[in-house]
Amino acid sequence: MNNFSEPDEKAGGFFLRLLAAAVFVFAGCILLTSRLYILQVKHHERYHTLAEDNRISLLPVVPQRGNIVDRNGAVLARNFVAYTLEISSNIVNVEKTIGELARFIAIEPRDRRRFQKFRAENRRLGSAPIRTRLSDEEVARFIGQRYRFPGVEVQARLFRDYPNGSLASHLIGYISRINDKEVEQIEESGDASNYRGSEHIGKLGMEAAYEVDLHGTTGKEYVEVNADGRAVRRLKNEPATPGNDIELSIDIELQKVAETAFGERRGAMVAIDPTSGEVLALVSMPTFDPNLFVDGISTPDWRALNESIDKPLLNRAIYSAYPPGSTFKPFMAMAGLTFGKRKWEQKISDPGFFWFGGHQFMDDKKGGHGAVDMYKSLVVSCNTYYYMLAADLQIERISSFMPQFGFGALSGIDLPGEAKGVLPSPEWKRKRFKTREQQKWYAGETISIGIGQGYNAYTPLQMAQAMATLANDGKRMRPHVLKAVVDNQGQRLEFPPELVTEVDVKPEYIKLVRQAVEDVTRFGTGARAFAGAPYRAGGKTGTAQVYSLKGGKYDKSNERMRDHSWFIAYAPAEAPKIALAVLVENGGFGAVSAAPIARQVIDFYLLEKRADKPALEDADAEDEGQEGAGHSGHSHDAEAGE
Amino acid sequence: MSSRHRFRFARLLEAVLRPLDPALLLILAGLLGYAVVIMSSASPDRVSSQLMHIGLAVILMWIVASIPAQRLLSLGPTLYVAGTVLLVLVHLFGASAKGAQRWLEIGPTIRIQPSEVMKIAMPMALAWFFQKREGYMGVGAFLLSAVLLAVPVALIAKQPDLGTAVLVAAAGIYVIFFAGLSWKLILPVLVVGAVAIGAFAFFGDELCGETYQNWPGLKDYQRDRICTLFDPTRDPLGKGFHIIQSTIAIGSGGLTGRGWMLGTQTHGGFLPERHTDFIFAVLAEELGLVGVLLLLALYLALLMRGLLIAVVAPALGTKLLAGSVTMIFFTYLFVNIGMVSGILPVVGVPLPFISYGGTALVTLCVGIGILMSVRRSWRER
Repeated sequence: MNNFSEPDEKAGGFFLRLLAAAVFVFAGCILLTSRLYILQVKHHERYHTLAEDNRISLLPVVPQRGNIVDRNGAVLARNFVAYTLEISSNIVNVEKTIGELARFIAIEPRDRRRFQKFRAENRRLGSAPIRTRLSDEEVARFIGQRYRFPGVEVQARLFRDYPNGSLASHLIGYISRINDKEVEQIEESGDASNYRGSEHIGKLGMEAAYEVDLHGTTGKEYVEVNADGRAVRRLKNEPATPGNDIELSIDIELQKVAETAFGERRGAMVAIDPTSGEVLALVSMPTFDPNLFVDGISTPDWRALNESIDKPLLNRAIYSAYPPGSTFKPFMAMAGLTFGKRKWEQKISDPGFFWFGGHQFMDDKKGGHGAVDMYKSLVVSCNTYYYMLAADLQIERISSFMPQFGFGALSGIDLPGEAKGVLPSPEWKRKRFKTREQQKWYAGETISIGIGQGYNAYTPLQMAQAMATLANDGKRMRPHVLKAVVDNQGQRLEFPPELVTEVDVKPEYIKLVRQAVEDVTRFGTGARAFAGAPYRAGGKTGTAQVYSLKGGKYDKSNERMRDHSWFIAYAPAEAPKIALAVLVENGGFGAVSAAPIARQVIDFYLLEKRADKPALEDADAEDEGQEGAGHSGHSHDAEAGE
Repeated sequence: MSSRHRFRFARLLEAVLRPLDPALLLILAGLLGYAVVIMSSASPDRVSSQLMHIGLAVILMWIVASIPAQRLLSLGPTLYVAGTVLLVLVHLFGASAKGAQRWLEIGPTIRIQPSEVMKIAMPMALAWFFQKREGYMGVGAFLLSAVLLAVPVALIAKQPDLGTAVLVAAAGIYVIFFAGLSWKLILPVLVVGAVAIGAFAFFGDELCGETYQNWPGLKDYQRDRICTLFDPTRDPLGKGFHIIQSTIAIGSGGLTGRGWMLGTQTHGGFLPERHTDFIFAVLAEELGLVGVLLLLALYLALLMRGLLIAVVAPALGTKLLAGSVTMIFFTYLFVNIGMVSGILPVVGVPLPFISYGGTALVTLCVGIGILMSVRRSWRER
């Protein structure tokens, strides 16, 4: 094999090789000719017949997409039929055609822009809509002129409708036109023939997460077509199988109460049934109207949503991570007990600050809380207690204890786009930063971790899950939004509760910490918000620093530099039915802005009288009307929306 | 007075025509004329813009033909390096369309498709490389040329653009073959390839049937894809749709065709991509085997002229260049017609000089320009 080229090959060798190439060319042409001879002469009769029969055309029958309903059967997403006017992609002089069409049917500049966008993005499709949702009168007018417009068709298409408008939009998500990138993905997954004819696909939220269930199976229809390729008669039909309906664990009325309670404020809330992991409400404020996306969002609408500093498209509940602030303390307390670094009744003395490594860490109360045991540390939210505890535990123990509550890990919720947050550790820092200097873990950083500041950052979903785990006596359930899938035969397939892990904390420690957080809402930082509640609730306030006070300029007038406000809670204390986390961006102190939202949500869930669900305590419910001023009282005017 | 004018005009005409090879020009005119006829039926709205593409491509062909062949060769390495760098840039910053990254966007309107440049740059660079080493070509030269070939091909295949990768790879392989790669290495590859394809042609039904559900090392959907490649009827709504409809179109054409503008497959909307990759089916349906043979005759004339130019070219580099450019034309037409008539898998390769689209046409006409330049280097020696 040491001789790649023949040595004696010079001009003669090259000629030989060209001759070989010529033989190759002739052989190829003979192969092609014989193939064409077979097709065109030998089997001509057969193909001729096939071509004649090709007046029978095989068309895909697009299945009807499944509905989405909430846990009580309220419709969140449904279909309706509307007529669209579509121009075939074979027509080149589109401008002329549109100009002609505009004489019969109103075509706005907006329609033209959207049409151009579709044509550019969706070359795969045979046609693009110039107008959607034609009126009956417009359809009749076009049919009368149809002969002038070969390649233009009126089609009855299914459209998606979200009757509640912007309510729960991040959760429900939306469908929109399939783009070229998704076409590739569909082909990758081997689903291409099931999507032949489909024009929409779930892009966000549950519409995306359960696309496979909702889409259904495409059918086949054999139709007779005339010479222009228009269908004139249906011959045979393999019907499509409609998509499955999906039932969410969400209570849309509860969701509405929560969103109303937020008002104009930005933030997020996640409410979970602690025993099953069912998500009862998942709020991200501000929201957007998913109906805008269904037949292609217009450029100004898209700009308004995408460029707003409030970031309405961001799902804060599962994607944005915030420092947990003092809501981290109950979990720190359990770590202290578990590792034997603190006893329940052990007291420390709080002078109002903690001196560590040449730096003074301040308590929130001037002069300190005096003698503080663990119970008091939670009820009054004493910082000094947790500075000391963090110093004694050290970062390795903290970062090894917290993952069992779901901190810094994906919760496994059935929604796309979940973020992991940050559970800081020396190892994390080594991966996160580049220079040796930055990678080093400083003991002082551990101190801030103790009160939930510093690198700590968790999503509202993670905080709700941690609180639900505490409420469920240490059994962490996987949070999920799907309650059941219902197929077109009415068969229900329930989503079973799934235990992720049972935390490694002694039951008596959990009991002690629960006792303390349940008194937070009676005597502590949450007492004001929960005054007069007919049930007992566990809760913890928290304040996440947005802007480091150390050395920076703090501009009090800038609302966006104010601290974020947290409240985590569960209720009723004796057998928790709901656990939640509320975050109000730039809301200031947790007790003031986040806790009242939690109160309204829990009040509604436990006390509101509803036909489908008996209230917890009938007698007391009326008295609470004043306190929970934000909720709408009667749930049945809820059908508004668009 | 008028005779002087006439004289001047004649001189001008001569200057314009001098770089052009009359035989190639005649064949090209035949092919492009044929293209317009077919396009008028396949997609009449596109005829005028295709005429503009033709004008542009012919001007570029003339420019390339005016450059001396050795000068062209020496441009090879630069083009090759630039093309490869651009391919890497496409991977890093490229615009994607239809899910594949193929274009580099420079400013709002200018888009470069570096893989297209490679179709010409690859044979030029390799021909230049072998010319430099003429007389002492050893194992090292062939190994190095294989690496030079593999890098851009891998980059293009990863985009993913299988059709272009096949063409660029073929272009390079032809140069290496003409440069004198030992038959001992060529024959085994040819035999193995033939056996593999033959095996699938005979046992494909069994392999894709119930008995062999699991293929080792392949996922289910990958197995389905390979099977659909060889038996399109497995997926009549998806990928197989194109092939089924195009074979019906070809077969129903018969000996003399259904008549120009009268194809029911073409005009009934059954034939997908009928102005681009599947335009051959329009020709076969409407003009029949006679029309097909006329096209093949034009192609054969082109190929024979190209190979002849390679034979008489004075230097090794220009010989290799002319030979491989000619064989690229053949690869284009063989892969396209093979795919449309259902004997080769569907990869995106247009029918040379006939399919709609400016990019491919420009590349092909630059190829003709190269042949003309090589032809002139022999005449002017």
